[in-house]
Amino acid sequence: MTTVLDPTAGRLAEGVQPAERHRSLDGKVVGLLDISKPRGDVFLDQLQLELEGRGLQVRRFTKPTFAKPAPVDLRQEIAANCDAVIEALAD
Amino acid sequence: MVTNVEAMTGGPALPDAGFVAVVKRDCPTCEMVAPVLREILGSGTPLVVYVQDDPSFPDLGPAAPIDDSDLSFSWHHDIDTVPTLIEVREGAEVRRTIGWSRSDWQAFTQLSNLGAGLPEMRPGCGSLSVDPLRVDELEARFRGSTLSSRRVEFGSMEDEFEAVFDRGWTDGLPVIPPTEARVLRMLAGTTRAPEEIVAIVPPNLVDVSVEQVAINAVMAGCRPEYLPVVLAAVEAACTDEFNMHGLLATTYFSGPIIVVNGPVTARIGMNSGLNAFGQGNRANTTIGRALQLIVRNIGGGSAGDVDMAMHGSPGKLSFCFAEREHDSPFTSLAVSRGLGPDDDAVTLFAGQGPTPIVDQLSRDPMSLARSFALVLRAAHHPKLVIGMDAMLVVSPEHGRVFADAGWDRERLESELADLLMIPADELLRGAAFVDEGSIDDDSAGPLPKFRAGGMPIVHAGGDAGLFSSVLTGWVGGPKGSELVTRRIHP
Repeated sequence: MTTVLDPTAGRLAEGVQPAERHRSLDGKVVGLLDISKPRGDVFLDQLQLELEGRGLQVRRFTKPTFAKPAPVDLRQEIAANCDAVIEALAD
Repeated sequence: MVTNVEAMTGGPALPDAGFVAVVKRDCPTCEMVAPVLREILGSGTPLVVYVQDDPSFPDLGPAAPIDDSDLSFSWHHDIDTVPTLIEVREGAEVRRTIGWSRSDWQAFTQLSNLGAGLPEMRPGCGSLSVDPLRVDELEARFRGSTLSSRRVEFGSMEDEFEAVFDRGWTDGLPVIPPTEARVLRMLAGTTRAPEEIVAIVPPNLVDVSVEQVAINAVMAGCRPEYLPVVLAAVEAACTDEFNMHGLLATTYFSGPIIVVNGPVTARIGMNSGLNAFGQGNRANTTIGRALQLIVRNIGGGSAGDVDMAMHGSPGKLSFCFAEREHDSPFTSLAVSRGLGPDDDAVTLFAGQGPTPIVDQLSRDPMSLARSFALVLRAAHHPKLVIGMDAMLVVSPEHGRVFADAGWDRERLESELADLLMIPADELLRGAAFVDEGSIDDDSAGPLPKFRAGGMPIVHAGGDAGLFSSVLTGWVGGPKGSELVTRRIHP
């Protein structure tokens, strides 16, 4: 019988509970997050037109670089000012 | 004086008074003193005999020897030689003698004719409790554990190697099961305390202790003397500048490449020569592997989860080599980054490779630099500039061309920087009928292939071969990953 030492952090990441889904976007503010990949803006520009065409408020955000996690401040700003967010990956 | 150790450590206690002898059958001196032990007992002197390897030895008549085959008595009482004779008063050791010394044994027992027919002196043999093959296991069993990691007991029907795979702790290759004895042996490779926190490991941002680094280093196959290098590599990888989280998450090919500098590389037998990037050297392969196992097992960064690499790269199992410093035409990578030539250091670069540079004809440094530039120009894509880094690894035969012409690191860097100013019209999206490109407007003039500091130079490789190589990098600088150097501490 072999006994070994646990090589892991000894804990599992807790399941992250997604925020409650909106039944409708009427009257909501939608954030559009550009992660700074080429042509992500093309996709988001089109989305903005579509969303604003349906009477929604849109706010735009940009990550400084796609190669790093979004800064905490940016994440908090989005959470504080938007009801929903769409993050665009493109190339 | 040794006090009664049983109360403190749980080891077998000494008797109240008299003598204790420790012997093993597989020791000619112990065989020789067997009649002496009978003589002591025959005189009515209290004597307890512990035997390490054969409970039927020695034949003491009614006073049978005590079986110490678990070496508990021997370990707790620091027996390093057999036979050892210990004199005890009031439950505590007064003095001991090792091997056979007629005068000592006679003086201890006050039996003036003891062993009269034996030689005056005969050295003993090594105690099994200090046998190098057993000492770590004994240490783990008796020391009382100082390690805090959770114990995982495999089932009696489980194959220990399969059990480690089943728990998801490997990189796809078998690992060494990290038993406590192996981890303790690994920890002997550093002066740092097991509980000391080394870094916060992405992506889950979990503290990693020296002990946890040691566990993963055991699994990777490291020897204890590699541990300080692994610790430095973990420190370097877990900095904001190196950006291990982004490197892990990218769809790109890259992983951490570890370049080691300083006297440590010779001391632990690292390879900077033939096949330096390849297989066959334990230090190179296992140090790089240990870092990756830590990112996986502690940080939670496993393939297909946070690691989203499209093709990935075999270097993500391990990519670690030493710089060939002794005949390099250049100052070492570590020195170029501000350390001294005798400092031990790791430098981490985010990349993959190698991409070969073949030039078997250039004997002129300018011609060779032009060859390098042609290949470097194509790194990632010939029409993409500035964003991504590359490491140039110059071979000894190419290095000699520069050395003979008096070119140092700064000269080669500066010539390559000039050669790698790319005409803007070649970088236009659509130019050469290729949509990919860096710019839509070429009015600003030529652009550098690499950002400043984005093309580090290293010297490595075997004696023969008129090739060098490019280790293409990843997104460089503050937007991606920066070269990070850390001193290696014992």
